[in-house]
Amino acid sequence: MEEHLKNSVTDGQEEYVLNIGPQHPSTHGVLRLVASLRGEIVTNIEPHIGYIHRGIEKMCESLTYPQIIHLTDRMDYLSAHINNEAVCLNVEKALEIDIPDRIKVIRTIMAELTRIQSHQLFWATFGMDLGGLTCFFYGLRDREKVLDIFEETCGGRMIVSYNCPGGLMHDIHPGFQKRVKEFIEYFRKTLPEYDQLLTGNVIFRERTMGIGKLTLGEAIAHGITGPTARASGFSCDVRKKEPYSAYDRIKFNEVLFTEGDTYHRYLVRMDEMRQSMDIIEQLIDNIPEGPYAVKMKPIIRLPEGEYYQRVETARGELGVYIISDGNKNPYRVKFRSPNFVNLSVLNMLSKGFKIADLIAISGSLDLIIPDIDR
Amino acid sequence: MRSIVKYISEVLSGVWSLLKGMKVTGSYFFRPSAIVTQKYPENRKDLVMFERFKGEVIMPHNENNEHRCTGCGICEINCPNGTIEVITKTIITPEGKKKRAIDKHIYRLSMCSFCALCVKTCPSNALAFSQEFEHAVFDRSKLIKISNKPGSQLMKGVE
Repeated sequence: MEEHLKNSVTDGQEEYVLNIGPQHPSTHGVLRLVASLRGEIVTNIEPHIGYIHRGIEKMCESLTYPQIIHLTDRMDYLSAHINNEAVCLNVEKALEIDIPDRIKVIRTIMAELTRIQSHQLFWATFGMDLGGLTCFFYGLRDREKVLDIFEETCGGRMIVSYNCPGGLMHDIHPGFQKRVKEFIEYFRKTLPEYDQLLTGNVIFRERTMGIGKLTLGEAIAHGITGPTARASGFSCDVRKKEPYSAYDRIKFNEVLFTEGDTYHRYLVRMDEMRQSMDIIEQLIDNIPEGPYAVKMKPIIRLPEGEYYQRVETARGELGVYIISDGNKNPYRVKFRSPNFVNLSVLNMLSKGFKIADLIAISGSLDLIIPDIDR
Repeated sequence: MRSIVKYISEVLSGVWSLLKGMKVTGSYFFRPSAIVTQKYPENRKDLVMFERFKGEVIMPHNENNEHRCTGCGICEINCPNGTIEVITKTIITPEGKKKRAIDKHIYRLSMCSFCALCVKTCPSNALAFSQEFEHAVFDRSKLIKISNKPGSQLMKGVE
């Protein structure tokens, strides 16, 4: 201890420990970062998690499979649809049910709409983290249109619980297709505004370019997935690698950059919004006819065994691992959440940068804290 | 010399990028039609929610104060949080038979997570969602609601 103090005194500068969070707007939730600083330079970041731990995995053990779905809404609340879908796909895979095309297509459209609204909120809050408050209003204004689509069809805005094992809770609303087309037409006009406001802005570019570089090797070594990894050139899109739902019939290219800095993590998400609109346009006019749900047994029992399904949420790869002992409740459920893994590089990325860059880096990882803690 | 030209061009392009952003925000001053803000507490009367909006679970009654709930308790079994409690009683029908009917259908709004499993699994479509969204009350006990109205009966033809 004394040696440590002596060293820090002889160094000329003492290490200063700053506590960011758990109640801080730029950590986007109840994440506590204990930052060691030398002047303004970050030397170490220690994330403290667990402030919003609800024990979802343990709760799942006492619930039936249809009841688990509504808990997954509350993990990554911006990818609620995709989380629902992951559990449903896993249960359907275990029961070996064939899902009609209509359900697959609707699920895919909903998942892509979820991705768009999630990236819109990323854009809004990322701009706000870097001091551009206008972005926050513009992003939320456009996100409202997607939430209206969800509200009309699913009944909920963020907490949708629209998927259920074997299909969907209800059929799509008669006005669904019209509303989605209107939204895409509208958003194609407003997305260039995003670029004019933030992407080209000189202050924004200076603050993000070259900041927090993540190399391809580091991304793979830490198990980073999603837009964060694709900005470093790691091709990891589950929609491409292991197509589920209707992704096998769609033409789309994975968005990839090689630079891996904060700016390119932002660019991946901007391009994914365009790409998601292309995917929706391919599907919206040819939703096949058919039932919106397969008739299931009133009590779903999975055969004994272990099942794993992964999907691509807006932030990366979500894995659902279910061990069943043949009862109506799962024996064990494990969620491999993308945000928990993505948080692990924060310390490495922000070392040596200034404290303001820490906010930019953690913003570009697009962390959702309830998904880290579960 | 070259570095000075580079510096000036960087400054100019930087200022130009800022002006481009300001053009976007400025244009909204002259386009009031593009403003989407709603004045919420004032527009309460003409605020229409979507028909599928999950406000709170209610039991619809018809004009004769009749509902469709038979008291089977499937909603209670399916609820993940213990939100619903069905208390039944035994009544004697005019034909003299003993029959099960609901005494109280208790709905705890404070525990509800709006998963819609009760509404979906109800075999006689007795439950529905209302469009009510202003749930704030001053006393916690007001969040425990009794869905069936006093003196209500089972609708004829519902088994």
